[in-house]
Amino acid sequence: MPTAEQTLNEILTLAAAHFKVPREKLSPDEDFFKTLGIDSLQTLDLLTKLENHFHVELPDYELQGVSDFRTLAGKIQARL
Amino acid sequence: MLDLQKYSCLGAALRDALDRYSGETCLIEADRDREKTRLTYSDFKEISLPLARALEDADLDAGNRAAILMTNQSKWLISAYAIFYSGGVLVPLDYKLTAAEQLQLLEHSKAKVLVVEYYLWLAITQSPEFRNIKTKLVLVTEAPLGADLAGGFRWEDFKRKGAPDFVMRQPDDVACIVYSSGTGGRPKGCVLTHENYLEQCRALTAWYPFWPGVRYLSILPTNHAIDFMVGFIGPFVCGACVVHLRTLRPEFVRDAFVRYRITYVALVPMIVKNLERGLRAKFDELPPWKRALLHAQITANRVLTRRRPNVKLSRILLSGVHRGFGGELLALITGGAFLEPSTLQFFYDLGIPVVNGYGLTEAGTSLTLNDLKPFRADTVGKPLPGVELRILSPDAEGVGEVAARSKTVMSHYLDDPELTLETIVDGWLLTGDLGRFESGGHLQLFGRKKNMIVTEGGKNIYPEDIETAFEGLPVKEYAVFAANYIWPKKELGRETLVLVLRLDENQKLDSTLLAEISARNRRLPDFKRVAGYRIWEKDFPRTASMKIKRQTLAEEMGKSVEREAMAEL
Repeated sequence: MPTAEQTLNEILTLAAAHFKVPREKLSPDEDFFKTLGIDSLQTLDLLTKLENHFHVELPDYELQGVSDFRTLAGKIQARL
Repeated sequence: MLDLQKYSCLGAALRDALDRYSGETCLIEADRDREKTRLTYSDFKEISLPLARALEDADLDAGNRAAILMTNQSKWLISAYAIFYSGGVLVPLDYKLTAAEQLQLLEHSKAKVLVVEYYLWLAITQSPEFRNIKTKLVLVTEAPLGADLAGGFRWEDFKRKGAPDFVMRQPDDVACIVYSSGTGGRPKGCVLTHENYLEQCRALTAWYPFWPGVRYLSILPTNHAIDFMVGFIGPFVCGACVVHLRTLRPEFVRDAFVRYRITYVALVPMIVKNLERGLRAKFDELPPWKRALLHAQITANRVLTRRRPNVKLSRILLSGVHRGFGGELLALITGGAFLEPSTLQFFYDLGIPVVNGYGLTEAGTSLTLNDLKPFRADTVGKPLPGVELRILSPDAEGVGEVAARSKTVMSHYLDDPELTLETIVDGWLLTGDLGRFESGGHLQLFGRKKNMIVTEGGKNIYPEDIETAFEGLPVKEYAVFAANYIWPKKELGRETLVLVLRLDENQKLDSTLLAEISARNRRLPDFKRVAGYRIWEKDFPRTASMKIKRQTLAEEMGKSVEREAMAEL
């Protein structure tokens, strides 16, 4: 099983590819809605990609209130 | 359907519906592509009565308040029925509010019981305000085994054997307390009676009936007036079926239309608009000959359905489009915010009418509705049966504040006699919305009373009206405000409009965008032009029904940005 840090790094790489931004622009603790200028519908698209990648399922409510990659990584890690 | 005139309360009507349609399917609940629950009316009764009995034993007496805080799912409706059966007053709470706001409304409503989903309860218990909670009984659904429920009980185990006593309520008794949006920190609890709901249901189903076999896809939050009526009361008293999805991921919603052959769905205008964008993008991807053929079919459909919809014909002419929606969709229902006439027309031309209307929580669900006889894209329809509308102090163009009188209008605001007196005057509900009647008795809306400007030439201008001039502007979102609405001014003077822009990810306000804004602005008559613009760095706050919380946004802007920071156009 990957470590929490590895999961976080993978998520950042996948998110950078998904939103077509340089990887270094994304920071684990920043508000991604703000950094990426995305809305909740766009986040759902990313979530589907992450689920397929990690082979987990995250209910919609898991994302409510989550606005940084570290917390998101924690939710995914907990299901690995 | 049931003859609702015979009933004095929702509980009695629902009770009879469960018996009359016992063999019909009433609820389907799916999580992604997995069906979790499928209940007949008889199953529904079997599950809800032991809960009603347990509520009775827990001293939920007639008139006691019980709140529901859940996403759309079968247990929402089962719990609501059990509450009505016991004579309780339902307080539907918005699951999208913060835990602190939910606690505030729980306290304001003085709810004795709370039915809540586990993860929402978890958030509440972690809120600092939780220590002040006064709710006596908390029922938590779907809690993991062994979870600490902080004094709550598992919903699934909260049942008692033995037939509960049905508690009859009178038409004037309170059925629900529904909190309307735009509260600005002052909770507005609309107190709605059983008569309000029975009347509303009768009027709506007179124009748009449900029947056994109809499948309504419930996406709008059930705590919202529209879904509560068309995703619960309406279908149930007609023996129809409600489909719940536990995820609102677009791909699963699309699948649900086809899998469950959905008949009706209610959507907020923003989603309808997204749907339009998606369809247009798909049409654009077609090879040129197919696109030309499709356009010819759409034109033919438009001509042939000019007077009224003809679903059978549209399904033949535009079979591909209709198959994508499951093949049995009759209409999209929308309300709660302004939807551009071009979007309404787009769907109508495809043979999928968007039934738009106008309503507010204070008036039950809906005051007007488009009856499609014929379809009018530029109005919000005609007053529903039993609804009287008046335009107060109309200006030279016939525009004034819309006032409504109907048996669907709420009794009062909870514990706020002052606001009630301001809002219901001599039996007329003052909506705060501006409108006028068009030919054929259709109501046209122009915006909110408060967010408007009067030009030096004495013309009333409504910012929401101006927004259509910027439709399709390549930015994430935008809104037009009366500058005085953002930066209140007490002195009389030149009133102006301001365009508030929220840019897309990585987007810069470059000269091209600015030129487009200026060009569009110039196309407006001079008295309607916006005077300036302001970039806003955050997503616009929105209500559960995705309406922009204009007051909140204006207040936030007013506090953090100086009027002088507005760039001139």
